[in-house]
Amino acid sequence: MTNYRIGIDVGGTHTDAVILDEFYNVISVVKSPTTEDVSTGIYAAMKDVVASAGVPVEKIKFAMLGTTHCTNAIVERKRLNNVAVIRIGAPATLAIKPLVGVPEDLKAILGKHVYIVRGGHEFDGREIVELDEQHVYEIANEMKGKVDSVAITSVFSPVVNSHETRVAEIVAEVLGDDVALSLSNEIGSVGLIERENATILNAAIVNVARSTADGFVQALQKEGIHAKVFFGQNDGTLMSVEYTVKYPILTIACGPTNSLRGASYLTKQSDAIVVDVGGTTTDVGVLIGSFPRQSSLAVEIGGVRTNFRMPDITAIGLGGGTIIRIADDGSFQIGPDSVGHLLHKKSLIFGGDTLTTTDVAVALGKVELGDSSLVNHLDNALLEKIYSHMIEMVEETVDKMKTSSDPVPVILVGGGSILFPAELKGASVVIKPNNSGVANAIGSAISQVSGQIERIFSMNELGREKTLELAKEMARQEAIHAGADPNELVIVDFEDVPLAYLPGDATKIRAKSAGPLAKN
Amino acid sequence: MRFIGKEEIENIAIGAALLGTGGGGDPYIGKLMALQAVEDYGPIRLLSIDEVPDDALIVPSAMMGAPTVMVEKIPNGEEAVAAFKAMKEYLGKEIFATMPIEAGGVNSLLPLALAARLGLPVIDADGMGRAFPELQMVTFYLDGVSATPMVLSDEKGNNLLLNTINNMWAERIARTATIEMGGSVMLSIYPMDGKTVKRSAIHHILTLEEKIGRTIREAKERNEDPIEEVLKLTNGHRLFKGKVTDINRKTEEGFAKGTATIEGVEDYKEDECFLHFQNEHLLAETKDKVLCSTPDLITVLDSDTGMPITTEGLKYGARCVVIGMPANPKWRTPKGIEVAGPRYFGYDLDFTPLEDLVNKEWN
Repeated sequence: MTNYRIGIDVGGTHTDAVILDEFYNVISVVKSPTTEDVSTGIYAAMKDVVASAGVPVEKIKFAMLGTTHCTNAIVERKRLNNVAVIRIGAPATLAIKPLVGVPEDLKAILGKHVYIVRGGHEFDGREIVELDEQHVYEIANEMKGKVDSVAITSVFSPVVNSHETRVAEIVAEVLGDDVALSLSNEIGSVGLIERENATILNAAIVNVARSTADGFVQALQKEGIHAKVFFGQNDGTLMSVEYTVKYPILTIACGPTNSLRGASYLTKQSDAIVVDVGGTTTDVGVLIGSFPRQSSLAVEIGGVRTNFRMPDITAIGLGGGTIIRIADDGSFQIGPDSVGHLLHKKSLIFGGDTLTTTDVAVALGKVELGDSSLVNHLDNALLEKIYSHMIEMVEETVDKMKTSSDPVPVILVGGGSILFPAELKGASVVIKPNNSGVANAIGSAISQVSGQIERIFSMNELGREKTLELAKEMARQEAIHAGADPNELVIVDFEDVPLAYLPGDATKIRAKSAGPLAKN
Repeated sequence: MRFIGKEEIENIAIGAALLGTGGGGDPYIGKLMALQAVEDYGPIRLLSIDEVPDDALIVPSAMMGAPTVMVEKIPNGEEAVAAFKAMKEYLGKEIFATMPIEAGGVNSLLPLALAARLGLPVIDADGMGRAFPELQMVTFYLDGVSATPMVLSDEKGNNLLLNTINNMWAERIARTATIEMGGSVMLSIYPMDGKTVKRSAIHHILTLEEKIGRTIREAKERNEDPIEEVLKLTNGHRLFKGKVTDINRKTEEGFAKGTATIEGVEDYKEDECFLHFQNEHLLAETKDKVLCSTPDLITVLDSDTGMPITTEGLKYGARCVVIGMPANPKWRTPKGIEVAGPRYFGYDLDFTPLEDLVNKEWN
């Protein structure tokens, strides 16, 4: 029996939706405007794509959503939870209080209930001091009725998480099960401040994630669709609703990831550079083994430093709606501003008054779109110059993302990709797949399920080989727990970094395993 | 005398990362500690070295252990104070000021946090002019100053006073104790009088770091390349530009050792740079020539932002510029080279000053 899946991806300008069959064949695609509240756009895209697919709704078994709800909530500082911050670390850590370095407006919202209690562990798993449970009870009673989400962070919890779990038990005992608990060892890696920040942000967007997930499930049900719902995360893999509501922070930056993964799927390329041309910007990323290359820098979300790993993306101000200004002396400037989603009103070919990159491509006969007679009067020689410059901008960015001068496959996706030619300098081949305009929604639909661990191991205990195998097995178990098919798991990311100055060959290992959804 | 506030701390942190030559620990934690201390206790007085009386007691402050531990188990703030009190009691004399022993990395900023807490001034000098991994790798040692008496303090309240027969023993005992105490401790170390500091320290180093940091931040705001300005400030040379294509790491004797391979772009196309590190970048070479070696400074900068990249932050695909900067003349003496030259770190070559290596290339 054939079954189907819906993939939806929310972008800055468009919300895209696709329906695929179980063999990932594209059945229908829809592009609709992203709305202010995001949800309305998602529901509209979902309805349209279901209507145009003409498949029996009861056969839609999975629905994958990549959304910007959580990112927007942090950036706009809206709809955030009433958060309490508990750090387990005294007498250590007092020299830097929680939320130091966080922008003041966000600190004012998230810093109303901040506590530091005695406890935490050393790097090798010893207790620094015993956990002060009495103090935790006092804190829990004090915040009762005032908070609905608690961020709990303990020193070296990526090594030993027992103090975090004990504090979580006490908080749940006093405040009841309705209060959301975010435990840092489940969210971030070694680096107290960054992990604590990520945990606090996670705690702050639990309600947003819950209402987004509930809204999406209800919208599907209204259409008669009883699918299993998943959310996309940063690393190109999926989370169940249950997981998303617990770890909403992991949905940040799923957009660029989805477009990279979709491009990989559509072209069957595992190692390539992906150029995603939108309305306002072009995002360039790198596929390694079908997954996005990760950035090595600490990332800021809404001005808050965290230690997430994000896809390594370079964005330039060049898209389909980018405005071109020509001076009297014939010199020109490309962008960086854009008419964005008003392309169909403002650009020349649609009867508007603004010269855009799309107008240039149409006037030169590179693309057929709108009314080309409206751009006939433009100076062709000048347009050629502008067009070559646009291509150079893309070529230069591609080159910067490469790791050698060897030509690599370049995949062009996104609504604006029609502007660009089938040849680019530095590219072994330029691929423009079918349905490239909705690569991100496809990326969302085909995502795999993953599990990841990151912690410090002492290589002396088991020896290197066995330790590495143990770490991989732990990652595999995480993936199976998240819903992956145990028979098709692969290790997609593995890194071991020896820790300076520590004996016993203390090594930080990160392992990630991913695989397709289990069938049942 | 001038005051150090938040703005100056932000700048010093960037300069400290640059002079950290890839190691010394991410100054970020030290910066946050100094910022919070300034917020709680007010700005810090920075003294030029000629404002220090010859007979004044100066006690440098530093952390010892793994910076990776410190970013997780952040200090209490009182460890350094306790280490100071114990030193003061032992020596029976008031402490006039503190200073960094290591300007590179996290240790440049920790004395600032301490100074704010105690209301003591900081002297604009250090004992390395960069970052190095071992206690005896300071210019004070080159002049025969003893590292001990030294005090190690942890956040639990443990203090350990060491008097050792020489600095090598101080290093051995302190390192073992540090691990037992939880992997990261605060030290008071190399107590000296003002006269000795004047003779043996590297002067004006915090001011230099502040200038470097300000240059990089201002260039970033104007979207300009800060690297040329940084080279002017440090008498440095551009050694290579490229992308990291390979990283090979291993841990030996508690040190993160390894080699990064950087594939050249632009002027360096078709060439490869091999960057050898042991916590710090110690040797940069191509297939056929040495570009720079310890004790001269080698730093890797992000080619877009000019911000320094640490050895731990060196990742496959990173686009970077490698620069070399001459070490303070104290390091280029036979004793300096013996203590921190290429052979000490196990590289089979003699030290050649950066300028000579660069000039050779032109001839």
